Amino acid sequence: MSVEVRIPTILRTYTRGEKAVHGNGTTLQEVLDDIDASNPGLKDRIVEAEALRRFVNVYVNDEDVRFTGGLKAPTVDGDVVVVLPAVAGG
Amino acid sequence: MLKIAPEHVDAMIAHAREDHPDEACGVIVGPEGSDVPTRLIRMINAERSPTFFRFEPEEQFALYKQMSTTGEEIVVVYHSHTATEAYPSRTDVSLASEPQAHYVIVSTAESGASGGRVSVRSFRIVDGVVTEEEIHITE
Repeated sequence: MSVEVRIPTILRTYTRGEKAVHGNGTTLQEVLDDIDASNPGLKDRIVEAEALRRFVNVYVNDEDVRFTGGLKAPTVDGDVVVVLPAVAGG
Repeated sequence: MLKIAPEHVDAMIAHAREDHPDEACGVIVGPEGSDVPTRLIRMINAERSPTFFRFEPEEQFALYKQMSTTGEEIVVVYHSHTATEAYPSRTDVSLASEPQAHYVIVSTAESGASGGRVSVRSFRIVDGVVTEEEIHITE
């Protein structure tokens, strides 16, 4: 068991086209560190200066992590993390 | 090239006019991999701004979950420019996050909320590169 992280189209260049990757960790931060080891560069597209990027939304089991601790949001085996870049512009 | 039904073009224009002078935004989704836009969904512009748009995150996540179930994806991302031409702004380019999508911009700069002239143009935005494309309106 592990945590499943669903990858948006724009970031699949970091995952060899995979729509989802798996990682281990008891927080979102640990899971992202773990998946970055096998998908180098992926974490930098989600995290900036030790915080989530402003235009990336992240959900753990349907909960927006901005309301549940951000990178410290807890994760357990079987959880599903969704990474969803904001659709925005000017 | 973007192939699109006339009613979808009309619906994007109507939405842009209704929200003028704020920017309107939304998507047309279609079956994954088809490149055919079939279902238009107006999205809330969480910024409610004449110079910026951002899909309301909760609404965007609900759409994401719905599309996962139905096997659809975003085929068109549309938004309006209410004071400038229908061409991607620097912000549009730097935040473009749907490489598979056609980015349609409707400009209401000339006619505002009324029934006058609008401009509708379509672009691909991939890795910071903007490529304009033809819009083919299907019968």
